Amino acid sequence: MGMTITEKILCAHTDLKEVHPGMLINARVDIALGNDITAPIAIKEFKKAGGQRVFDKDKVVLIPDHFAPNKDISAAEQCKMMKEFAVEQKITHYYEVGECGIEHALLPEQGIVVPGDVVIGADSHTCTYGALGAFATGSGSTDLAAAMLSGEAWFKVPESMKIVFSGRLNHWVSGKDLILYLIGLIGVDGALYKALEFTGDTVKDLTMADRLTICNMAIEAGAKNGIFAPDDLTAQYIKSRAKRKYKFYQSDADAVYTKIIDIDVSKIEPQVSFPHLPSNTMGISRVGNVKIDQAVIGSCTNGRIEDLRAAAAVLKNRKVAPFVRLIIIPATPEIYRMAMKEGLFDIFLDAKAVISTPTCGPCLGGYMGILADGERCVSTTNRNFIGRMGHTGSEVYLASPVIAAASAVLGRIAGPDELPKIK
Amino acid sequence: MMHFKGKIWKFNDNIDTDAIIAARYLNTSDPQVLASHLMEDIAPDFVKKIGAGDIIVAGENFGCGSSREHAPIAIKEAGIACVVAKSYARIFYRNSFNMGLPIFESKDLWDIVDNGAMIEVNGDEGCINILGGRTLPIEPIPPFMQELILDGGLMKHLAKKKKG
Ligand code: SF4
Repeated sequence: MGMTITEKILCAHTDLKEVHPGMLINARVDIALGNDITAPIAIKEFKKAGGQRVFDKDKVVLIPDHFAPNKDISAAEQCKMMKEFAVEQKITHYYEVGECGIEHALLPEQGIVVPGDVVIGADSHTCTYGALGAFATGSGSTDLAAAMLSGEAWFKVPESMKIVFSGRLNHWVSGKDLILYLIGLIGVDGALYKALEFTGDTVKDLTMADRLTICNMAIEAGAKNGIFAPDDLTAQYIKSRAKRKYKFYQSDADAVYTKIIDIDVSKIEPQVSFPHLPSNTMGISRVGNVKIDQAVIGSCTNGRIEDLRAAAAVLKNRKVAPFVRLIIIPATPEIYRMAMKEGLFDIFLDAKAVISTPTCGPCLGGYMGILADGERCVSTTNRNFIGRMGHTGSEVYLASPVIAAASAVLGRIAGPDELPKIK
Repeated sequence: MMHFKGKIWKFNDNIDTDAIIAARYLNTSDPQVLASHLMEDIAPDFVKKIGAGDIIVAGENFGCGSSREHAPIAIKEAGIACVVAKSYARIFYRNSFNMGLPIFESKDLWDIVDNGAMIEVNGDEGCINILGGRTLPIEPIPPFMQELILDGGLMKHLAKKKKG
């Protein structure tokens, strides 16, 4: 019986010849990731279990991104604990503010994760790295502690569900719209426990940024991981970045899928997810008049250079509407510098946006753009649960960077085509 | 060993980790403090009403939302013996075994059992017995996960393996 790419990668990290859905396995991990919220608990567990040395100082990655640069004293304490552990264990991939970015943007960019890897991260959006053809999944802090100790993690091999994207993308439609559309279609538990494998002829037209965005939100459909088979684009992307050897896996022709969903992308227009579930999606043409107080462009979902370029193309020679805040957060220092060099910052500043240092910030209601009671925000982030970005009476609408930018200019949720032409 | 008998407390579909333990209590990881706020926002006084060995019976996607481990910790520490849901969010599912909280899946139990009923969950033989009523099959917990639970969670399991 053939295996899917997810099954093959998992299998290659065990001593087994074959793995099949439902099997419980112990797999070697290539990267075990924690951040300033989840690593401190893992470090405590690690010590409690008598841990002396992490299994491999190059494979444990610690990223202060959620509340860093330190938001307050308790954030500072968490970051301090993580830093001290990094120093003590001589962790290679610990990044101090100044070279640090949002974990799921930083790891692919810096070639810390590579195709064929098994990655666990004590953060639910670890599934992002599936875009590179790796198996990556979110876990709890105890899983991280155990992996730091043993270099292994247990998994139930997931069933796979295949999503076949075909057709040409419409103007203004990006990876974000495809994944929002899919979640709208199958629901927040539509892919529960499953591997979501993205295929079809549209894939060749998707940038790495699009693929990262799509895999990032696989968890919002309940999936264990999202994955794209590596292709020429992956090879190009990884060549100059990879810090380690990598391997490309492909699903067998006779691999088994529990479900195959065909999506004709030419029928999809830019999508918006209404509060308070990512699955509450509708096309931009059906949104109506939704006034906003704030727009956020950033996060591990859409804070990459392609996202900032797309936003800048919309914002050029335009201004944010009166009484609306536009917050732009490049996800990593490299993205920050590129945006600066390319002149995007001038466009943003001229538009009266504010540009933040790389951080998760408002995405999880941390800081740098918290909403008051009754305020509405259109955001390129990935969750719009009640109170996600501030007060429980506030509202978050999820969309792509071009929608967020156009909405900031018009003061209501809108697509770029609704903007008045610039003379 | 996977044998539990207790009174059941029913919850609906999509009970998220915020409902199980609200984010405002995440500044502590003290199990007893967490347990004292279990289900506070959706079932006030829940902790006062339950007894040791009681069982939570829930609908689909129990434990969805964040990866916080505080949720299974709070349930276990409050004295809940096990959870039987139609399905679980996957990180909650992992975390439960890692914390040593036994959880079972049954698509049918929720629909046929009343709140407050007594049930017997036999994880070894793979069945649930509603006292004075029907017996339903359940998937037995795989041996590896049974080991995790019996050892008191993943870290204790690893420590034991290390000692060999
Ligand atoms: S940007 Fe948001 S979703 Fe991404 S890691 Fe940070 S808090 Fe999580």
